[in-house]
Amino acid sequence: MTPGLAGFVVFGDDAPAWTEVIAEVQAALDQGFVVVPDRGGAAGGAARRTWFDTFDWRLYRAGLILEYVAARRGGELRLTSAHPSHSADSAPEAWEITQPVSGWQSSRPQLPPGLPDGPVADRVAGLVWPRALLPAVTVSSTATVSRLLNEDGKTVARLLIEQPHLAASQRAALPPRLTITEVRGYPGQARRAARIVALTRGVLPASETVFIDALHAVGRRPGDYTNKVDAPITATMIAAEAAAIIMLRLLDIIEANVTGVLHDTDTEFLHDLRVAVRRTRSALKLFGDALTLPAAGRARLTDDDVARFAAEFKWVGDLTTPTRDLDVHLLGFEETAQTLRAAKPDDLEPFRGYLAQRRVKEFRALARGLRSPRFTQLVQDWRAALTKIAKSKRTGKGAATGRSGQPQPRPADTAITLAADRTRRAFNKVVKRGTAITPASPHESLHDLRKRCKELRYALEFFAPLHDPAEYGKVVGDLKRLQDCLGEFQDNEVQIDEIRTLATAMLAAGEAPAVTLLAMGEVTAGLASHQAAARADFERRFAAFAGADGQRRMSVLLGGGGER
Amino acid sequence: MRIYATYNIKGGVGKTTTAVNLAYLAAAESGLRAVLWDLDPQGAASFMFRVKPKVKGGGKALIRGSRSLDDAIKGTDFDNLDLIPADFTYRNMDLLLDSAGGGGSASAAPGGKPARKLSKLLAPLAAEYDAVFLDCPPSISLVSENVLHAADVIVVPLIPTTLSVRTLDQLTEFVSGFNGHRPDVLAFFSMVDRRKKLHREITDNLSSERAEVAATTIPALSMIEKMSVERSPVTVFAPRSSAARAYRALWTELRSRGD
Repeated sequence: MTPGLAGFVVFGDDAPAWTEVIAEVQAALDQGFVVVPDRGGAAGGAARRTWFDTFDWRLYRAGLILEYVAARRGGELRLTSAHPSHSADSAPEAWEITQPVSGWQSSRPQLPPGLPDGPVADRVAGLVWPRALLPAVTVSSTATVSRLLNEDGKTVARLLIEQPHLAASQRAALPPRLTITEVRGYPGQARRAARIVALTRGVLPASETVFIDALHAVGRRPGDYTNKVDAPITATMIAAEAAAIIMLRLLDIIEANVTGVLHDTDTEFLHDLRVAVRRTRSALKLFGDALTLPAAGRARLTDDDVARFAAEFKWVGDLTTPTRDLDVHLLGFEETAQTLRAAKPDDLEPFRGYLAQRRVKEFRALARGLRSPRFTQLVQDWRAALTKIAKSKRTGKGAATGRSGQPQPRPADTAITLAADRTRRAFNKVVKRGTAITPASPHESLHDLRKRCKELRYALEFFAPLHDPAEYGKVVGDLKRLQDCLGEFQDNEVQIDEIRTLATAMLAAGEAPAVTLLAMGEVTAGLASHQAAARADFERRFAAFAGADGQRRMSVLLGGGGER
Repeated sequence: MRIYATYNIKGGVGKTTTAVNLAYLAAAESGLRAVLWDLDPQGAASFMFRVKPKVKGGGKALIRGSRSLDDAIKGTDFDNLDLIPADFTYRNMDLLLDSAGGGGSASAAPGGKPARKLSKLLAPLAAEYDAVFLDCPPSISLVSENVLHAADVIVVPLIPTTLSVRTLDQLTEFVSGFNGHRPDVLAFFSMVDRRKKLHREITDNLSSERAEVAATTIPALSMIEKMSVERSPVTVFAPRSSAARAYRALWTELRSRGD
């Protein structure tokens, strides 16, 4: 049987209504064909399917859908392109790769190294690493197939009726799906059958797959998590409100990742949580004062509140550092081991063991912190404070009123002016610090510049919805290349320092064979060489970003910003 | 892709029933992606699968390549099994093959270009199918020569008579003269009536004496004749019948020899 030519979904309030519509479809098809059950067809019967993706939807964003289809013995992984070919003429042709698997536990996260070898694993492992594949939703369904016969008794099309329902606790029924499938060489007959189905009352063309319908039924949608800020702010919004909305969005990201961190599902939950905390701290530094601006009718924070929250988020940031640093070492371990020339990769194994052991200890401390009343209170208080500011409307003194009667903020208090002012300040700091750096400058000056660049990058990202996308892309592109150079410089230095510290600790603990210390020495030599290369590249990168052209681009961005 | 051709110079020996049942077994029981090309203008195999014996543009379009074989393929009622229907214009296929190969006495020489046209037409199917079954018309002609050159295995149904042995000898001798690719030949006795002494003697003797004769025999059974009434492989409408068992055994023997 060829893939579905046309898919339909039955609409109606409940199962009896659906049954009625299906009976009408069958009666309508009976007028044009002889309809008989297809008992031997491969497409019929019961099926249980679980869709998998990473927490940040890496497969879906790459246009892929991964499902596990359970069978009596073993099961099958199916990887398909996310664009069914019948959805639009211009859509790329749909394809599917399958891989039989046994012992697959569809309720558990699967880390890429644990995927069974095969074509599906080959295709997805690199794409999702180091993230785990998580079960998104499970659907059980029963399907029946009918053959549509012509006057010779020949099957010329098939009708597939699929009745899906959510598995596990929900057990909710989803609308039935009807699919007309073509028999090769009889496209006209399948089109005729599809027209008959389409004209039946209670039937609509299926615009979404079962997967999407099932996600919606559990209150989710594909791509419902991203670590991008993408806050819903507008240019004319009151500055305090925009600031609160940005910080609420960052808080959403922090909270979304806590469970994944505590379950240690994969390393990127902690990474995303940590980045969102760092962004929150930068946001407080860049425009925390906007939350304190006095205005009648609007909730606000005091300077002390802002300082307290900043200190608490620093505590969270510090809490995450040791585990993340160890994750970075462990994630890059294979690659590092492959770069060894004099030492053998196996020489580093005791180092890996030591790192893993340290991580267990550090992770315990991290988990304790994230489960503590202090963290819970911080998150609650921060959300409550931001929500009040974001929801309060400015009225009375200091507020102008527009034609519509809606309060209008003064231009100086709007999101766009806040964005321009704070981004300009951050940029000026970068230019000033960077220009002062000479080949003789100490490493600390580059580290400091890296922090200023991060702040600037965050300022740009926070207010991205207010900027012209093309100009924004140019500025961020140059900044990103400068940041990569500075990151390479500092990360290598930090790693060298850490390896030295770890080597000392391993030696003290009697867990450092000589070959391991030699190999660790070789690793640090390699890192030092990369660091030197990054340092040599700095002047060129900085000039590209902060030279005359770069300054002009920034002026255009901040001067010509308008609401999108 | 493996190409099986059911061939005999004589008609009415069970070529079509064999092609239809083996193709079905290949698809349904061995899980192969199979296609059957009904080359006989009488269209018996097409009839069995309830497909109209009609190809757009006729045999001419297929042989000349103005229409690809792919376009002519029809899905049967069974998963993994497709059919290229017969067309009444196939009765002129000899002429078409000869002219497509350039015609003339040189090209029409045994094993020449026109004799290999079918091989060329079938080659693109390898991307889509694991097994091709060719149901040939009863004749000695350029069509049969094409089939013999294209096939990996020639499946020859024989009626247990003395003359049939001669037919087999002629075929094996002809095939052994091929340059390059030579198909395997597997003959089997068809329409065997064990009540007849001659049938018993010939089938027993030849099966043991000749390597190219299968141990499996297909009996003369009314269930096989019923295929044209049911318009379906016997392995479908009577899967546990002795006829179905016999075809299953033949398919198993065929695969064990060649695959």
